Amino acid sequence: MPIDNEGAHLYDQQRNMLNGFRSQVIAGIASAAVLFLGAAPGTGQTPAYRALRTADGKPNLNGIWQALNSADWDLQGHAAAKGPVSSLGAVFAVPPGLGVVDGDEIPYLPAAAAKKKENQANWVKLDPEVKCYLPGVPRATYLPYPFQIVQSQKEILISYEYAGAVRVVNMDAPTKSPADSWMGWSNGHWEGETLVVDVTSQNEDTWFDHAGNYHSDALHVVERYTPRSADTLSYEATIEDSKVFSRPWKISMPLYRRVEKNVRLLEFKCPEFAEELLYGPLRKKAGK
Amino acid sequence: MIHRAATGVWTALTTLLLVTPAPAAAQTTPSAKNSWTLSRTPDGKPDLQGIWSDNTITPLERPKSLANKEFYTDEEFAKLSARLKKGEVGKEADLGAARPQAVRYDLELYGFDITKARFASTKRTSLIVGPEGVLPPMLPEARARNTRRAAERQGHEFDSYENRPLGERCILMPQEQIPMMPGANEGNLLQIVQGPGYVTLLHETDHSTRVIPTDGRPHIPQQIRQYQGDSVGHWENNTLVVDTANFTSLTAFRGSSEKLHLVERFTRTAADTLIYQFTVEDPSTWDKPWTVEVPWRAEQGPVYEWACHEGNSMISTILRGARVAEEETAKKEAK
Repeated sequence: MPIDNEGAHLYDQQRNMLNGFRSQVIAGIASAAVLFLGAAPGTGQTPAYRALRTADGKPNLNGIWQALNSADWDLQGHAAAKGPVSSLGAVFAVPPGLGVVDGDEIPYLPAAAAKKKENQANWVKLDPEVKCYLPGVPRATYLPYPFQIVQSQKEILISYEYAGAVRVVNMDAPTKSPADSWMGWSNGHWEGETLVVDVTSQNEDTWFDHAGNYHSDALHVVERYTPRSADTLSYEATIEDSKVFSRPWKISMPLYRRVEKNVRLLEFKCPEFAEELLYGPLRKKAGK
Repeated sequence: MIHRAATGVWTALTTLLLVTPAPAAAQTTPSAKNSWTLSRTPDGKPDLQGIWSDNTITPLERPKSLANKEFYTDEEFAKLSARLKKGEVGKEADLGAARPQAVRYDLELYGFDITKARFASTKRTSLIVGPEGVLPPMLPEARARNTRRAAERQGHEFDSYENRPLGERCILMPQEQIPMMPGANEGNLLQIVQGPGYVTLLHETDHSTRVIPTDGRPHIPQQIRQYQGDSVGHWENNTLVVDTANFTSLTAFRGSSEKLHLVERFTRTAADTLIYQFTVEDPSTWDKPWTVEVPWRAEQGPVYEWACHEGNSMISTILRGARVAEEETAKKEAK
């Protein structure tokens, strides 16, 4: 039902009070100002921030966003290290990172843990991102490139600058995936302030990072996008894959709005940048 | 190039979708009986959203025999469509890559059923509008430029990946290039998703996506060149107008240069019809701008992921084949 921005806010506020929110009763509710709820001390039950709404009353996630961390290098905490190309020296060294994994542990099954080590030792040859292959979810979110959320009523489209990757999150009644794909099949719904996206049907060919963290085709990802301020989102992804991990595990990080005037996603058609690697050896030899 | 598993499913689905009969006469103005009103997005903009296809066998240029005739009469159009249903096509149609003699490698084209093809519902005799209905003459400097390029390529077509067409390299495929040109039945679904201040055009082909701002902002700096150029849009009443510039010199739309400038117009005229017009100008290539009009038709989808580069075994096979052929020639000459 169409509720205007102020009406919706008043409705929520009354509801929170009925839920036992014991802070001071706010008199004079009929005020023109839009009030933001203060952080509930310690309980974490009410959101600290209430986002502006789209014209159809949903939390407004429209915009260009980007992660600011080294998760694409290694999801777990890691020190700085020499990079794989010595001629690029410090320009292509491994940046340090505190890690984005809850508990900093990725619960591999024993055999899978061995494969991860093998992946990591040979990452330059094996990491699909080196070949500009589509990154899958959640890696697409924390690649060092921006992405854009375009929010419609029945769909939310997410366009990624990297390799022009894209996915359309179905916000209508959930549908079944017709086929496996690199970016998977996404069904989404709202839980209060949070966009929850359920991602299935990803193929087994993507990695989570350069450190060799990987998965099988049984991968199931649930993402949560929650506005935490006007220009930041809180992003969480719960990952489960019974063929590779002994239990589900979670990553979390903030996403930052790109606020430059007229900011745009630009073209990063990277197949061209991987061609020498992939097809260089097939070049005609000189002198023939 | 296309994941084999998805291709078979996609072919079957496409054939199924083309069974839907075309509306009797998809006019550009709704009749009194056909009381369709244009719906709006929550932020008040015309709603162009949906999944669309522009497949048609109406040719780009008007057949010479039709001279200045821009439209078929209702009768003529009905006759053409009836013949088409029996699989009969004449000079008034362009089957493109679906014509019987064409060299095909792609599974989807093997499934082509001529009786399911369509002429443009606008009843135009050619996609190029206007009394002449043909491309304007190419400027001498453009001919010289393109001849020079062709000469440079001659004999080197298989030297390296750099010598192969952009489509084969999965950098820019024909069905994702702008302006958007239809094929006879080639996969070319277009999904339109609108958010506040943006219209997104998502091509199934190579998952090519344009997120077009509609706030009237200027183009990106001139020195930034992109294969798909830079698109900025605005609304003129119920029409989305998109201006694209900043193309690279490699984009070469029908021999164009990097000065290519494109204006596209999108107008929804029925629940299932989106009229797409584009005007092409390039002062280094044609002596005047030319305009094309293509009707897009609502389809059911879904839009599949087209992971061109990830599944591209074609280019390595072609290059390897050239190397093998050279080896064999060298061996013969050594004897």
